[in-house]
Amino acid sequence: MSVPRYWRERVTKYRLIGAQCTNCGKSFYPPRKVCPYCGSRDLKEVALPRKGKVISFTVIRVPPAGFELYSPYLIAIVELENGTRVLAQLTDVDLSEVKVGMPVEATFRKYLEHGPSGIIEYGIKFRPVIKGEDK
Amino acid sequence: MKSLQTVGILGYGVYVPMYRIKAQEIGRMWKREGRLPIEEKSVVGLDEDTATLAVEASLNALKRAKISGSFIGAIRLGTESKPYAVKPTATIVAEAIGATPRLMAADLEFACKAGTEAIQSCRALVASGIVDYALAIGVDTAQGRPRDELEYTAGCGAAAYVLSKKSHEALAYIEDAVSYVTDTPDFWRRPLEPYPCHAYRFTGKPAYFHHIISAAKLLMEKTGLSPSDFTYAVFHQPNVKFPLTVASILGFKKDQILPGLLVNAIGNTYAASSLIGLAAVLDVAKPGDRILLVSYGSGAGSDAFSIVVQDSIEEKRELAPLVKDYINRKKYIDYATYAFYRKKILV
Ligand SMILES: [Zn+2]
Repeated sequence: MSVPRYWRERVTKYRLIGAQCTNCGKSFYPPRKVCPYCGSRDLKEVALPRKGKVISFTVIRVPPAGFELYSPYLIAIVELENGTRVLAQLTDVDLSEVKVGMPVEATFRKYLEHGPSGIIEYGIKFRPVIKGEDK
Repeated sequence: MKSLQTVGILGYGVYVPMYRIKAQEIGRMWKREGRLPIEEKSVVGLDEDTATLAVEASLNALKRAKISGSFIGAIRLGTESKPYAVKPTATIVAEAIGATPRLMAADLEFACKAGTEAIQSCRALVASGIVDYALAIGVDTAQGRPRDELEYTAGCGAAAYVLSKKSHEALAYIEDAVSYVTDTPDFWRRPLEPYPCHAYRFTGKPAYFHHIISAAKLLMEKTGLSPSDFTYAVFHQPNVKFPLTVASILGFKKDQILPGLLVNAIGNTYAASSLIGLAAVLDVAKPGDRILLVSYGSGAGSDAFSIVVQDSIEEKRELAPLVKDYINRKKYIDYATYAFYRKKILV
């Protein structure tokens, strides 16, 4: 990703900010200009709930450029507590431990580095809920 | 100081990454014989660094403070393991917790004292009324040179404290604080060098012990307090021996310092070390308890604080994971995995 694009998207990626449609009420991530459910353009930014559960997952063994270090790693569709579905990388969990229905929470992690002299990209991933966060 | 406000701790939070390596496993690698300085230490995962650890601890601190990030008027982040040599880590944290753009933000470096230096700085900003809420962070993912004594102990962790004017909502307040600083070259790292150097025989008496003892005595003289007035004491913990020894020299008993002594379980988390220790004490403290906190940072200096716990601790401590929740969340790794996670091998 280019530095300007990373910079433009940082707030939504750092804080799990989605968009909510004022017409149909549904929220989605990442935010877009048009509601994918009803086509309305009447949208507002919302901080999405940080907890949810794994709906489905897959193992990435042939990663895109920049993600080689993590291979093999998990990406999942996470359904947040308000029903919003987010596609994201899972972290702090082994391939053998992940399960559909597993409770997860958002965590701020490193995505990739633009080599040893470039910028570092950060954003939201999901990890198993830490004890003490489960209340 | 009369016109200044007394400063309270509105919230605190920690984060310790889940990976652990046993000192014994590092010793196996280097065929070391004899005693090891600690039991095990925490290690970051591949996608963690000082910025990510700091964000986790800060979000926990905000939960206990019961405020959103947008209230934070200043961030002081103390570390010696910045992701960027030039570019503040504090701005990454500020953006991730929603504190941007109306705030002051800067990183501080003072080896293992940088975290309490951040507290001192935030305390001054709040006491003077320049900001209402300030976030002080101590965080490190420090590295020791392979086979060096520090490789056995250099751990990873973060602690964050939200400071504001003393009120009934504060879970504790800073009764008084002093700092004691000299130019002492016991440990250093030059630019572009990956690992620090230390003057091995020099790190004890003239460095760690001199500064901690001097700062603690200064604080007790200034406040008229003695060791028996403190329910708990937390000292910087580079290994198990040093804090136990300094406690006994100053006249503290073991049961005053064991609740905040975590180095055996997570290693020396550098700028986070004494601040995670303080958090572990707050996790168990009762209203009215008085806590002595004394950091030590090479180079060299100590900050000493007298902290008094208030009623709201009982209600607030459950709002975020306790230190023990992080200590118990662990996955052991071997030396090869550790070397990979800490980027010591080329892939
Ligand atoms: Zn819609």
